[in-house]
Amino acid sequence: MDTSIKILIVDDFATMRRILKNILKQLGFKNLVEADDGTTAWDVLEGQGIDLIISDWNMPKMTGLELLKKVRASDTYKSTPFLMVTAEAQKQNVIEAVQAGVSNYVVKPFTAEAISDKLDKILK
Amino acid sequence: MDVKLVNPFINATINVLETMAFMTVDAGKPYLKKDDVAIGDVSGILGLTGVANGTIAVTFEEKCILAIVSNMFGETMTELNSEITDAVGELTNMISGQARRELGEMGRVLKAAIPSVVTGRGHSIIHFTNGPKIAIPFETNNGKFTIEVCFER
Repeated sequence: MDTSIKILIVDDFATMRRILKNILKQLGFKNLVEADDGTTAWDVLEGQGIDLIISDWNMPKMTGLELLKKVRASDTYKSTPFLMVTAEAQKQNVIEAVQAGVSNYVVKPFTAEAISDKLDKILK
Repeated sequence: MDVKLVNPFINATINVLETMAFMTVDAGKPYLKKDDVAIGDVSGILGLTGVANGTIAVTFEEKCILAIVSNMFGETMTELNSEITDAVGELTNMISGQARRELGEMGRVLKAAIPSVVTGRGHSIIHFTNGPKIAIPFETNNGKFTIEVCFER
């Protein structure tokens, strides 16, 4: 995996952003930026080049699914890997995310190995 | 109240704490809680709607939640602060998510609200419905916590 890529972590809970940052740092990624909801994430995406988006689903203002749809509709980010990390894992949620173009899906609670495996798949 | 609605929350609590905080937790015997006084020092509370309307609450002793969040972050937490309350909200969220997944597989679909967190010794946990409050105590090597599940009659 190319660990020099810039990763945007989106979650309304600082706890989850911190856990994901810790895992990504352990995996060698250093170029990490954060946003606490989809709206703030979009501002970050417009302001700087992001190579991978890791996003929660349930967030105020703009959900992860809405962010995913907006990302896929943009010329700049339509092909950018998008990993959804969420407690929402009922079949209908997964179908909606796949239809919207999610690259992969991690269900909370998760292990560091689960995140590493998914990144291996979407970044190879 | 249908006991089948309660078991997934016990399973989810054990799995979330083991996976995210690397802690073994032992569930005690469920009992009927009569009052609104929280057993712990910090509580996450979350409303549920769907096949049944209700609330779940997860209430932690200070020592217990400090140990849990220390494990989650990989650094020692020493006081109840905004980082701890945020973590309690996310833990409540994950427990709800996993339990709702198990319930969904049984054809019982529930939707969850965004959790709120209350702190302070002796604070109240007000459930949204007037059903029986089932409390399940849990023990860890670093103190106790309790989940409360309350669904409408």
